[in-house]
Amino acid sequence: MSGVVTGKSPAGNPDGAKRGGTAPDMHFVQGNEACVRGAMYAGLNFFAGYPITPSTEIAEHLSDILPRNGGVFIQMEDEIASMCAVCGAALAGAKAMTATSGPGFSLKQEAIGYACMTEIPCVIVNVQRGGPSTGLPTKVAQGDVMQTRWGTHGDHSIVVLTASSVQDIFEITVEGFNISETYRTPVILLFDEVVGHMREKLVVPAPGEITLVDRLYTEVKAGVNYHPYLTREDGRLPVSDFGGVHRYNVTGLFHDIFGFPTENADQVNRLIYHLVDKIENRAHLLARWKEYHLDDAEHIILSYGASARSARHLAETRRGKGDRIGFLELQTLWPFPAALIREKTAHAKSVFVAEMNMGQIAAQVKQAVSKPDRVFLVNRMDGMLVTPSDIGAVMRTVEGRGF
Amino acid sequence: MAFRDYIRERFFPHIWCPGCGHGIVLNALLHTVEGLGLDRTSLCMVSGIGCSSRIAGYVDFHTMHTMHGRALACATGLKLARPSLNVFVPMGDGDATAIGGNHFIHACRRNIDLTAIVLNNRIYGMTGGQFSPLSGRDVLATTAPYRSIDEPFDIVKLALGAGATFVARTTAFHVREIGNLLKKAVLHKGISVLEVLVQCPTYFGRKNNQGGAVEMMELYRDNTAPLGSKKLEDNPSLIPRGVFREDTRPEYCEEYAKVVARAKE
Repeated sequence: MSGVVTGKSPAGNPDGAKRGGTAPDMHFVQGNEACVRGAMYAGLNFFAGYPITPSTEIAEHLSDILPRNGGVFIQMEDEIASMCAVCGAALAGAKAMTATSGPGFSLKQEAIGYACMTEIPCVIVNVQRGGPSTGLPTKVAQGDVMQTRWGTHGDHSIVVLTASSVQDIFEITVEGFNISETYRTPVILLFDEVVGHMREKLVVPAPGEITLVDRLYTEVKAGVNYHPYLTREDGRLPVSDFGGVHRYNVTGLFHDIFGFPTENADQVNRLIYHLVDKIENRAHLLARWKEYHLDDAEHIILSYGASARSARHLAETRRGKGDRIGFLELQTLWPFPAALIREKTAHAKSVFVAEMNMGQIAAQVKQAVSKPDRVFLVNRMDGMLVTPSDIGAVMRTVEGRGF
Repeated sequence: MAFRDYIRERFFPHIWCPGCGHGIVLNALLHTVEGLGLDRTSLCMVSGIGCSSRIAGYVDFHTMHTMHGRALACATGLKLARPSLNVFVPMGDGDATAIGGNHFIHACRRNIDLTAIVLNNRIYGMTGGQFSPLSGRDVLATTAPYRSIDEPFDIVKLALGAGATFVARTTAFHVREIGNLLKKAVLHKGISVLEVLVQCPTYFGRKNNQGGAVEMMELYRDNTAPLGSKKLEDNPSLIPRGVFREDTRPEYCEEYAKVVARAKE
């Protein structure tokens, strides 16, 4: 891990160091199970889902763990209903989540848009598989990056996080819940078949070790006018649960501060800017990343998710041979950390983006940097994990050294 | 508590056309809620999209105006997360049986304690008069200029077949009956499905030469009959009204509480 700098990473215990004289709470689990444990750590108490490969283990584990902890698990009739149930439960005060893959993620888009518009905090896990359509249900891919950003119709903004190891999945899941509560927005955890199914060591932090964000409730007393959509100056929106003393309307239509439908151009304009700005203006705060050997790097590999494992492996190997290779792993994909990437790659001769799609993040990187023609895509979409050799071959070619 | 205390007067006048039957159902619903004296903080309404779904805006409940067809799915999450809530789910015919058909049958099957009200005007009103799964054959609509060839669903049979434990039907003409059936529906433990035939003079009536609101309501008076009545016995082709099923089966939230108890053992 020499040379690693972690950006804005939640305080965790990634190396499993002993805490306070007690043995670490250590496990050997799948990424999907780490997500479940992270969600429970974050206070998850409602899950609605539908079976789909390769995310199913999340539903299976939660059907066991949630009832034991007094939470709700429900298997709905489809993916649409699962996402809708999450919205309903969140309004009743639950920390709610759903998990899916491929076609199921397509079906959830309608209600994800509803959650954006109504500012319902919730978490959606998408363990990616090959697409389009039924695609490659049991194989790895990263083709849903743009779908997480623009899958639901209309202008909006959204937070999408990812991770490349079992330990990171745990921590980024907790982080996802915290961000969703802070900004009252759906947060998408974009994993993939490889990180979801692989088993690694997981050290569960002690309770309290990672700070949790709970819902911000209004201080307006019963009988006093509560405006559910009157944003505070800091962009946060204090809530009152359904079943509480304040009764108000929630709608997917453009609405005023009472939550009542409006077509007033001023109010519409204000709301759409609020929904976008509350996330895009905080891109720097929401950026999570890891960096390795960037300081003197001539060539930088940028990657995320399962691809990042191969990218890091290659970077470390070539460092060992004396090559000035750096590695930047994105954990926040949206809002896209353009300023961060511009800064980190400013002195590099070239940037190689390793991902398992047709260049969905590579296109964003090209837009972010000052020399877009020095950004090269290294990809693979045949259901196999992009390997260090795949990345190395492209790099050697670009460097003019053959392969 | 006065009747008017259950509405949000600031949001009136409502958006419904003159003669629309939806307001009659809203009226009956408010009187029912008032009569039952339900805890106000427990009152929730979850609706989908369409003319009927706008009811949610006008009642001073916790109201969730959701997506087309998705009201029951959202309501299921809300109710399960907080079973003490009284959740009303008004839906239109397209809302409940076309785009929301899957959610409808599964909510019935689960027997979760929701009060589902299907306001059946046999037309998509909000979008301008297209035929719905409840229009039936030979109906004129903006998407059936040569008359519809689609067979209709029968909501009552659909709900019964899907396992709903309270199923009833009435019409906008029978105002007191709406109130009586709604009261039973609210008090019923489990899913309650109440179909109310409501007139849409603007689209269905005008397109199909049924006249205005008054004439359409007269049709409800003349073409329906209470279950077990002499009128229905004499003319079985009339549309039956009343309670078709009222029985007990384990309610979903209560069953889930047992799951939690088993898991904690």
